[in-house]
Amino acid sequence: MTQASHPQRRGEFWAGARDSLPMLLGAAPFGLIFGTLATPSGLSPAGALAMSMFVYAGSAQFIALTLLASGTGLAVILLTTFVVNLRHALYSATLLPHVAGLRQRWRIPLAFWLTDETFAVVQHRYLEHDTSPFKHWYYLGSCLSMYSNWILWTLTGVLLGRSVPRLEHLGLEFAMAATFTGIVVPMFRSRPMLGAALGAAAVALAAHALPYKLGLMLAALTGVVIGVLLEDRP
Amino acid sequence: MSGREWLLIAGMTAITFLVRYAFFALGERIAFPPMVQRALRYVPAAVLTAIVVPMVLLPDGSHWQITWRNPWLVGALVTGLIAWRFQHLLAAIGGGMTVYFLCRWMLG
Repeated sequence: MTQASHPQRRGEFWAGARDSLPMLLGAAPFGLIFGTLATPSGLSPAGALAMSMFVYAGSAQFIALTLLASGTGLAVILLTTFVVNLRHALYSATLLPHVAGLRQRWRIPLAFWLTDETFAVVQHRYLEHDTSPFKHWYYLGSCLSMYSNWILWTLTGVLLGRSVPRLEHLGLEFAMAATFTGIVVPMFRSRPMLGAALGAAAVALAAHALPYKLGLMLAALTGVVIGVLLEDRP
Repeated sequence: MSGREWLLIAGMTAITFLVRYAFFALGERIAFPPMVQRALRYVPAAVLTAIVVPMVLLPDGSHWQITWRNPWLVGALVTGLIAWRFQHLLAAIGGGMTVYFLCRWMLG
């Protein structure tokens, strides 16, 4: 039997794609807006599409557009990209135990496609107690559905330009918030987890005005420290 | 596409990929100390909460909306309640989105 036709692998792959469905909805308006804003910000249509295909990082892409439009230099944009994407290092460190045994030809694409959304659904899958040896196919399913969705909506935005259907006013972004909420709330059953979440929420709110997702990094680190501290107490 | 644009995209691609790949590259050659392993268990709860809470309480990015007239808040509360009570992710997302869109529709 060939690799891809193995029914269990295929099952995991499609489950990963299916579980990412709400995030496809949530990401659609952002992809579309990115595509429409590209040309007015000084990025060519080909450049916008290339950015979605090769950089594939929504927040960083939006910030790059803003900086381009304000005439910021290359070095500053690259440094900002690094800071905005730092949270992905935290995600990959968290997922590492689950992918460490995979070959490089798996780890390279799975790293390239690692986003907030894919991290959320994939770590949820890895924590389920079954011992399926094909959970990386689930990861791949989430990646490919998110990636093709992102490129498709960028392309749509680029092609339609300013005459877009008012997708951004439909409230589809809530789908992402709902998915993250549905994944995170059942984790709150232990005291340290709840403490970590509350601490992270407080810092995220206090620091929401900080640029470049720094508030998010700060909140994540605070939450982690609070969780560990609460764990140590009898 | 101009040369400067290529440079920008190539640079952003390299930086983004390296940040995502750095740990994956090490594979089994790295084992985090027990302390770090314990700490990493809190990353999902901390990060997901830190992303969602500001989205829900400050839907426009700057103004607090702690009121029943905020569909984001009502929808997220319903999602959370279903997820907590039934531990069924799709039901939680579906229920939350239904309530969210009902709220938007009722508030005009």
